[in-house]
Amino acid sequence: MPVVMDADRIGRTLARIAHEILERNRGVDELALVGIRTRGVPLARRLAGMIRDINGHEVPTGALDITLYRDDVTRHALGAQPVVRSTDIPFSIDDRRILLVDDVLYTGRTIRAALDALIEFGRPRSIQLIVLVDRGHRELPIKADYVGKNLPTASSQSVQVRLTEIDGQDEVEIQG
Amino acid sequence: MKKDLLGIADLSPEEIYQILDTAEAMREIGERPIKKVPTLRGKTIVNLFYEPSTRTRTSFEIAEKRLSADTLNIAVATSSVLKGETLADTAMNIEAMAPDMIVLRHASSGACHLLSRICRSRIINAGDGMHEHPTQALLDAFTIRQHNQYIDRLKVAIVGDLLHSRVLRSNVLLLTKLGADVWLSGPPTLMPPGIERVGVHVTTSVDEAVADADVIMMLRIQQERMQGSFFPSLREYFNVFGMTAERVRRAKPGVIIMHPGPINRGVEIASEVADGPYSVILEQVANGVAVRMAVLYLLAGGVEEGD
Repeated sequence: MPVVMDADRIGRTLARIAHEILERNRGVDELALVGIRTRGVPLARRLAGMIRDINGHEVPTGALDITLYRDDVTRHALGAQPVVRSTDIPFSIDDRRILLVDDVLYTGRTIRAALDALIEFGRPRSIQLIVLVDRGHRELPIKADYVGKNLPTASSQSVQVRLTEIDGQDEVEIQG
Repeated sequence: MKKDLLGIADLSPEEIYQILDTAEAMREIGERPIKKVPTLRGKTIVNLFYEPSTRTRTSFEIAEKRLSADTLNIAVATSSVLKGETLADTAMNIEAMAPDMIVLRHASSGACHLLSRICRSRIINAGDGMHEHPTQALLDAFTIRQHNQYIDRLKVAIVGDLLHSRVLRSNVLLLTKLGADVWLSGPPTLMPPGIERVGVHVTTSVDEAVADADVIMMLRIQQERMQGSFFPSLREYFNVFGMTAERVRRAKPGVIIMHPGPINRGVEIASEVADGPYSVILEQVANGVAVRMAVLYLLAGGVEEGD
């Protein structure tokens, strides 16, 4: 199956997004990165590292688990419940400009759940969305502010993002 | 997960670890400014309590509310049970109003199994007679795991009224499933016959059970279930089988002392021990909410095929 992004491409894409973040948000003081579990978390940490390399500023970074906010938790008839992992946001999000990070933007339902979850932690000044891949097929009116790559797909296909921290290598692959 | 949580007996070690891991994530919700997630929105949970309970009932209710379920409590003292309705009839009437789960506490062993057979709702055992109290054993295991990296190979001493205790049964089942070295001690009159056959050590010497133990779990003397005299006096019981300050001094450094509550100060445990540095009794209570949230969440999903 075709690999649409390799490690080098992912690295350059994230570097470009890091620069875009700095360009669009004058002053990084109020910024904070929140990665959506599972693969949004290492992406958020990498972006924080890149911003530090560019201007020496440490952007606080957290992890958000949205399982308990999903709209399908009690709907499926068969199968085990999705695994709940912990949310770890070690700073107040009040009045911050939050950069929400996920690997793939698809139906938009994950982001809807993430917005609900995030808003219960406080009142951020704004929330912007960063995704590595936008594969289309939105079911909710949600749009990313920073997109690594727009990837036209059929809904029968699946997009697999692999990251070194979790999967041992960096690549984006289309399956099916 | 199966349809119901009737006892630890039905759980595999993997399912036990799944509940404990999920509870770990649930604990964080209790530390947020808004201690609520929308997960069980629109689910109705009936807490049906045929026995007095403060801790367990409150704990379940808080867990249910933190997951946004609609909850109602039926305390039998104010219900039709006093007019002579049987448990099965009460359950079928509640069932007719289509709740999603029923949390049952009952004085008869096996009451939850009866409900499980006649109800479509998920049944959670909150203590049935002298049989099982699974969520208590799960929260105990959760507490043990907070203080020790592994549960297997730990020496766990359980001391007290072994005969009447559903907490004991659930804990022995859980701890032996996870590979702990379990030692039981208490007066011979309060030991269930044949208990040593389940793969635990049994001794009438508390000191032998407690020596080098990583965990000491004290059980309550259940005077409300005692018909007849099992030991001469409460004072004598305390001296021979109670957790005294002296016994704690001889215990392994870093031991944790647990008690499912309610405690009888000066009967099975000395006040200074219950309030002392090794006591994790209130941690157990705090962890109860997270563990029950985990159980409610895991039972709210789909039923696996074959169940």
